[in-house]
Amino acid sequence: MTTKTPTDKTTDTTEATATTTPVVPLPPAVARATTVAGSAVALIGTFLAWTWTDEFPGNLTVTGYPGGLQVLTLVGAAVTLLFALSGYGIKGLRWLTPGGTNSPVLLSALGVLGTTGYTLGAISQELGGLVNLEPGAWVSGIGALVAVLGALGLPADQPYGADEPTPGLWGRIRHSLTAPEPGRARELPSWAEILIIAAGFGVGLYVFAYGIGTEYSELFIGFLVTAAFGFTAVTRAGLLKRLSALTAKHRNVTLTAAFVAAICFPFTQSNDQFALIGANILIFATVALGLNVVVGLAGLLDLGYVAFLGVGAYAAALVSGSPQSSIGVHFPFWAAVLTGAVASLVFGVVIGAPTLRLRGDYLAIVTLGFGEIFRITMNNLNGNSGPDVTNGSNGIPNIPDLEVFGFNLGVPHDVLGHELTRSGNYYLLMLLFTAIVVLVFRRSAESRIGRAWVAIREDETAATAMGINGFRLKLLAFALGACLAGLAGTVQAHVSYSVTPEQYQFAGSVPPNSAFLLAAVILGGMGTISGPLIGAALLYLIPAKLQFMAEYQLLLFGAALMLLMRFRPEGLVADRRKQLEFHETGQLDVPDDKPLPDGATGVAKAGA
Amino acid sequence: MTTTAPTTTTVLDASNVTMRFGGLTAVRSVDLTVNSGEIVGLIGPNGAGKTTFFNCLTGLYVPTEGKVEYKGTVLPPKPHLVTQAGIARTFQNIRLFANMTVLENVLVGRHTRTKEGLWSALLRLPGFKKAEEASRERAMELLEFTGLAAKADHLARNLPYGEQRKLEIARALASEPGLLLLDEPTAGMNPQETRAAEELIFAIRDKGIAVLVIEHDIRFIMNLCDRVAVLVQGEKIVEGPADVVQADERVIAAYLGTPFEGAPGQDEAAEVEAAEAGAAEAHSTTEGDDK
Ligand SMILES: Nc1ncnc2c1ncn2[C@@H]1O[C@H](COP(=O)(O)OP(=O)(O)O)[C@@H](O)[C@H]1O
Ligand SMILES: [Mg+2]
Repeated sequence: MTTKTPTDKTTDTTEATATTTPVVPLPPAVARATTVAGSAVALIGTFLAWTWTDEFPGNLTVTGYPGGLQVLTLVGAAVTLLFALSGYGIKGLRWLTPGGTNSPVLLSALGVLGTTGYTLGAISQELGGLVNLEPGAWVSGIGALVAVLGALGLPADQPYGADEPTPGLWGRIRHSLTAPEPGRARELPSWAEILIIAAGFGVGLYVFAYGIGTEYSELFIGFLVTAAFGFTAVTRAGLLKRLSALTAKHRNVTLTAAFVAAICFPFTQSNDQFALIGANILIFATVALGLNVVVGLAGLLDLGYVAFLGVGAYAAALVSGSPQSSIGVHFPFWAAVLTGAVASLVFGVVIGAPTLRLRGDYLAIVTLGFGEIFRITMNNLNGNSGPDVTNGSNGIPNIPDLEVFGFNLGVPHDVLGHELTRSGNYYLLMLLFTAIVVLVFRRSAESRIGRAWVAIREDETAATAMGINGFRLKLLAFALGACLAGLAGTVQAHVSYSVTPEQYQFAGSVPPNSAFLLAAVILGGMGTISGPLIGAALLYLIPAKLQFMAEYQLLLFGAALMLLMRFRPEGLVADRRKQLEFHETGQLDVPDDKPLPDGATGVAKAGA
Repeated sequence: MTTTAPTTTTVLDASNVTMRFGGLTAVRSVDLTVNSGEIVGLIGPNGAGKTTFFNCLTGLYVPTEGKVEYKGTVLPPKPHLVTQAGIARTFQNIRLFANMTVLENVLVGRHTRTKEGLWSALLRLPGFKKAEEASRERAMELLEFTGLAAKADHLARNLPYGEQRKLEIARALASEPGLLLLDEPTAGMNPQETRAAEELIFAIRDKGIAVLVIEHDIRFIMNLCDRVAVLVQGEKIVEGPADVVQADERVIAAYLGTPFEGAPGQDEAAEVEAAEAGAAEAHSTTEGDDK
């Protein structure tokens, strides 16, 4: 299955038809036609009014111009339509489905049904009853339902697994959502490949900016539903695999594209509040990436990591020239950054030196303790229970805005005709730090030191027997991680105007805390660069956007983590190793054996 | 089987090594020397203390008494310093870095022979690329030497058993040792693989690396070793050329039990069982244990 090329797709599909039973018994041609018709109807419905009053947010009363949640249905239906048409083998659309053909159709149709159904439910719930729905809503809703039924009638993309040759209904439904991996892609000229990467990041930026810019929680929920199903559909279609093959080939281009896309973000936001979310996500993500050095590479479970962010932030706050600072000096920015990073580094070494002699669980517990000690100490250095350094629980407020090269980050600036707000300025500054941390992570991971870290993570005894000084390298990882968090802390202090001990807890409802940092790394994918960045973005965005469920946040968070560990233990972004570790794919993912020419071995007899 | 080295020097000189775990003396006053160009065998029943003796040599355990010299200098009891000094080893229970590739495993073995630190990696200082390339080249040579070059990009965990053993040897060789310690290198291998392992060990010896090998397969020992030492219940009872040792009645008694007293073999079986139970217990309580 894995070596399938696009050309033998047709034979494959017929083979699958012969051996699988669709969930809804329909002839394939009828099923496909039904899906196309259903999604077309759903799409048309978005141009009609869905309700009579604009009390429901997003104004769904206009005919001829989709708005708010209707846009999500529109996009979902269009994607379904495209995937379904690609299944007809229409020239120019075939590239959409190098992997699975029918499962993406079903997934995107489910996404449309989910979003539309949620919208209809939300309208009738908020306005009081189904009577508030206008015909357009019914048109889209029924269209989406028909599309799903049709898609359920499509043949599965691959024959049933050997372990379950005749699955029941539930098994068949689950199976219809799976798809084979795409085969090797045709070589394209590099400029085309680079264009595809750029387009991929463009789409990514657009989706991300749209998610941050959602104005009300109904729209955000709809966005999440559409994005989740859309993402899975694109994965099943094999497009993601294709894209990641390209990004692996052009790594520097990818990195550049990612940063260009990230730089563009504040220019897509005119609202300072959303740019602030962006800046906070970057802070969170950067710290998570720093933690990834410690946890992902060296395998040291650090449960008090947020303390290093705190050390950096407090150090920067003390030398920021804030009138409440007990030191009362005002360092230029570069000196403040250096102070924060060095303070964190020293703190990291001081904590690491005694604790890193412990292994595994002990280390986790001791770091957890030190994290709390930091917070409590900051609370106690208030002039009452200790010397007055940090103003105790009041923290250090009124941190002045930064001035970098005579450029005051506190006031809006006009750049290329777009007004860059305060948060936009800080976002760009923080992005620079993120870039530094990405570079540090990548370069250290791909070096003798990085390999030694991974070796320690894999088997410390064997690593020391290979000549690695375990303690020294662990301390190096710990100190580097601390230093990176300290860097981020210096910017964080300025972004949030003030530092208080309560910002640096083990677990809390505002993201950069130790538990969320660790979750971002694990959710995103340990040992990868993009994993913690994506994990942090999700973990920040979801609670920030869905404030009505703030009380249940930790509960939902726990449930989500459990589900993730059950279904995708390697995290959202898996490095090749983890994927092999958790899913016994045998040798599928390893490169083909290169046959060695006879006698190429130094000692041929030893190679027998 | 005679060595070709013109002058023999002492590579390893362990004298009076004793290792006690609480009341149990796992290794009792063992003396052993290995000379350059030699392949020395270490045999003995299960639980005799062979692996423990290896651990004392390589710094995983600090011997209760005795000292270990490598080429005339006393070894510090730190595993990484021992490797740095020039002793490399493999493990009885394969301990590869399972989720690293075959090539990366060998590159980790090069750790002590390379210098590039964190700054060099972060700033990509001039020497960095050259050193990485040289390491890679050397590692590939070793993979070719052990016949694993074709699998350089596979994950270590995906290799078949016999190849994992070979990879452990390649990884150990990457540290450019003067003495290689092999702990049961053919355990679990079929006869062809065992034969290949023999050839590999000869080839290693021919590179000028002395070898000390723990083994159960008596034919393997007979073919391979210039000298054999027998360890029974922590004590070295005989040492000498392989054929002499094989004929020694104390060795036969140790392996088969004494036929004259009591039920033949039963003491021995009970002893081995007890030792293994002890080992299992020790495994759960000692962190530095390598069993
Ligand atoms: N870390 C340890 N703690 C306690 N006892 C140990 C430890 N390591 C080994 N032993 C004991 O030392 C004895 C020798 O074990 P070992 O060296 O593994 O034998 P061999 O390798 O010859 O089969 C066994 O009785 C074992 O239980
Ligand atoms: Mg042993």
